Amino acid sequence: MLNILAIGRDMAILQVVERLINGHEGWKATIVSTEEEAVAAFGEAKFSIVFVCAGISMDEEEGIRRRLQQLDSEVVVTRHFGGGSGLLENEILSILNSKL
Amino acid sequence: MSTTVLHKAVTRGHADLGWLSSHQSFSFAGYYNPERIQFGVLRVLNDDVVAGGKGFGSHPHDNMEIISIPLEGSLVHEDNMGHRQVVSAGEIQVMSTGSGVFHSEYNNSPEAPAKFLQIWLFPNRLNVTPRYDQVKLDPAKEENALEQLISPVKGGEGTWLYQDAWFYKGRFDEGRAVDYGRKRKENGVYFFVVKGSFMVSGERLESRDGLGITDLDTIGLSSLEEGSEILIMDVPMQNKIQ
Repeated sequence: MLNILAIGRDMAILQVVERLINGHEGWKATIVSTEEEAVAAFGEAKFSIVFVCAGISMDEEEGIRRRLQQLDSEVVVTRHFGGGSGLLENEILSILNSKL
Repeated sequence: MSTTVLHKAVTRGHADLGWLSSHQSFSFAGYYNPERIQFGVLRVLNDDVVAGGKGFGSHPHDNMEIISIPLEGSLVHEDNMGHRQVVSAGEIQVMSTGSGVFHSEYNNSPEAPAKFLQIWLFPNRLNVTPRYDQVKLDPAKEENALEQLISPVKGGEGTWLYQDAWFYKGRFDEGRAVDYGRKRKENGVYFFVVKGSFMVSGERLESRDGLGITDLDTIGLSSLEEGSEILIMDVPMQNKIQ
């Protein structure tokens, strides 16, 4: 199972991201809206990818990356663009390709 | 030394959903080609045909500059901010999706298909307040010349968006030639033939072919057929988010 965490401020968009990820066999999404929730989620599961979504600034993203990679140095923390529609699957496949 | 990427029309991705036929110059949705992800900040160039009465139901977007250029027919956009707009051939619509927006997009005709180009650019500012803008093009400005559709300049010719990008469109008689001057040395230029055929920097391009060129300040293009139309996208090759 590929566990993916999405963090953002727009819960309606995050729910679409969650639905799209979970619609793919072998992928499972967890959605959170704060850094603290993301840290808590890391205590519950091992995530391969963290998508930083709308509402999170570049500075916040850097802080989230630093903190989560201290918890798991292998996790990929990257920006998701587009709100789920069109690019999400491509972004995941690109990350998986780069890890091969 | 310039670098070029050639995307022949027949090599594009294709999705056929019955109500939607989409040819994709870059990886999108179920089409994934690691060699065709983007050209600089130009991430999506979809050449869509939507059947009469059909369209895209409500779906979200964020942090993308989305440009719709209808080629035939018209589309109705509705969003969760209360906007409802019809965009028709001869117009262009820009949507800065920023912090997030839900919208739907339907063919405005119950019967005739709508053909349009859907183009996405990565923005140079994140989480902006979503906005729409729509402008009517001037066919006279496109006759054997390049009409500016988009720039980064608010109040400039055409419309604007959150990126150091410029779009131009022109329609040329056979044999007419023009030099295109790149706007910034950090930019590359992507040429997309809407109709007819062109010679661009020594490369013959047919309808719906794309050619991206970096590291050339001036690029010559000439029309090989009467009424040939071309779209030019001058975009940063690296995104610098402010």
